[in-house]
Amino acid sequence: MLNNYNSLAQPLWQNGPAPGEFYKFTGGQMPVQQLPRELTTVGPYGTKHSTAAITTGSSVLGIRYDEGVMLAADTLVSYGSLARYQNIERVFKINKNILLGGSGDFADIQSIKRNIDQKMIEDQCCDDNIEMKPKSLASWMTRVLYNRRSRMNPLYIDVVVGGVDNEGTPYLANVDLRGRSHEDYVVATGFARHLAIPLVREKKPKDRDFTVVEAAELIRTCMEVLYYRDTRNISQYTVGVCSLNGCGVEGPFQVNENWTFAETIKGY
Amino acid sequence: MFRNQYDSDVTVWSPQGRLHQVEYAMEAVKLGTATVGLKNKETAVLVALCKPTSELSATQRKIIPIDDHLGISIAGLTADARVLSRYLRSECLNYKHSYDSTYPVSRLITNLGNKMQTTTQRYDRRPYGVGLLVAGYDERGPHIYQVTPSATFFNCKANSIGSRSQSARTYLEKKLNEFLDCSNDDIICHGIQAIRSTLPTDEHQSKENAGQFNITVAIVGKNQPFKILTDEEVKIYLEMAKQKGIPPNQPKDDDDDDHPSPPEEPAAGPRDPEVLVATEQRP
Repeated sequence: MLNNYNSLAQPLWQNGPAPGEFYKFTGGQMPVQQLPRELTTVGPYGTKHSTAAITTGSSVLGIRYDEGVMLAADTLVSYGSLARYQNIERVFKINKNILLGGSGDFADIQSIKRNIDQKMIEDQCCDDNIEMKPKSLASWMTRVLYNRRSRMNPLYIDVVVGGVDNEGTPYLANVDLRGRSHEDYVVATGFARHLAIPLVREKKPKDRDFTVVEAAELIRTCMEVLYYRDTRNISQYTVGVCSLNGCGVEGPFQVNENWTFAETIKGY
Repeated sequence: MFRNQYDSDVTVWSPQGRLHQVEYAMEAVKLGTATVGLKNKETAVLVALCKPTSELSATQRKIIPIDDHLGISIAGLTADARVLSRYLRSECLNYKHSYDSTYPVSRLITNLGNKMQTTTQRYDRRPYGVGLLVAGYDERGPHIYQVTPSATFFNCKANSIGSRSQSARTYLEKKLNEFLDCSNDDIICHGIQAIRSTLPTDEHQSKENAGQFNITVAIVGKNQPFKILTDEEVKIYLEMAKQKGIPPNQPKDDDDDDHPSPPEEPAAGPRDPEVLVATEQRP
């Protein structure tokens, strides 16, 4: 308690309400829910919030096709520029309707994933066969992430939420660390936003959605391009597929590497 | 006025294993005018009977909209119902804010039941003196729930609560098998006919008294947000119901479960609640 001169002072008022407040009787309204301590309380030496992602996952790419969605991410979690953990899945099955792909600080991804898993368990505990829909999860994510950014303590993540609802309508959205979100037939985080989205948009027929074959092929080429162009990528990746026929993560797959063109490149 | 020495407090058990205060609260539901809830495959309907407390006042509102997918109709203490509806509304609104979708009806009712149960287990509270019929629509289809002051709730195919509701239940039980395949118009007509059967015999026959009663209808279903029908629309359905058949006019003295031949006006004087069963028993 350095420089905290008030720490020696006696409390003004004991065994009663704070000045200006009322006595709390039993019953009546529930007290306002207390926020977690670490979010509200300043420590004795001040509080340091994280200001940057430390262990990071790179891009996630999501493509919506006519009857579902596909999410892909490589299996690398980097520590700075070090390819530290090379076999970690970053696409998760949340329930039979939802896939989540996470990039950014992997610790924060794991943290939010634990929260989501707990919500799914609560869903199951209701025992009423109602499961969360991807749209609901995306909305909830924006609330949580925006709340954290408003406390100046954001989760350093950028996620893709995708899946289908009961009718089989596919849904694909991106939610970022400030709580912004948008929905589209192709969404991506990290470098894929620059490298993959144009490739997918180029192939989009104007009058219809992608088919599952087209989507799979696009994922394959995009992951290859990302592997060549993005230094924080490795050649191994997993793909989550979600439609009414099922929801799950497939892979790991290997990028079909081909470096024969390398010797023709000059000037580096 | 004590009926016995074990009803002084909600938390006091009688040796027979009954909570008399809670049972008295259940009686409050039977003082309110009747209301009926029923559903077909895609729609849930509430029909309520409104009666002004005096010639000078307007009728109490019997049907309260909660959210686009949900509404309640009440029998009992209106003030208690307002508290409950405020709770339901804020729950639905919070859910919508967080999840961008409507609150699943079964979960909402479970939470409401949990909230109401605490009042039956604490010495400083009293049970809510109101019964609810909840009509809602969610991904599992249309629902009719009955919620009682004892905080039990029932998922119903159709039900009726309030004074003289037994005759409506008799009607509903008789027609139960038709409901699922009914059209929306038909299901409303069934509701109106069920509620008509709760009217005292002289009142639904003589014309001049009929104006005292006011029927409210609300509907919710697939692609149909919760809506209380306007007076004009109700009039159309009243006509339609009349054409579809004369409301059954059974003698309702013998098989009344509520209380043997209830007095026409419950307000005739303070009446001892007649508690017949210890706990909820459904046929």
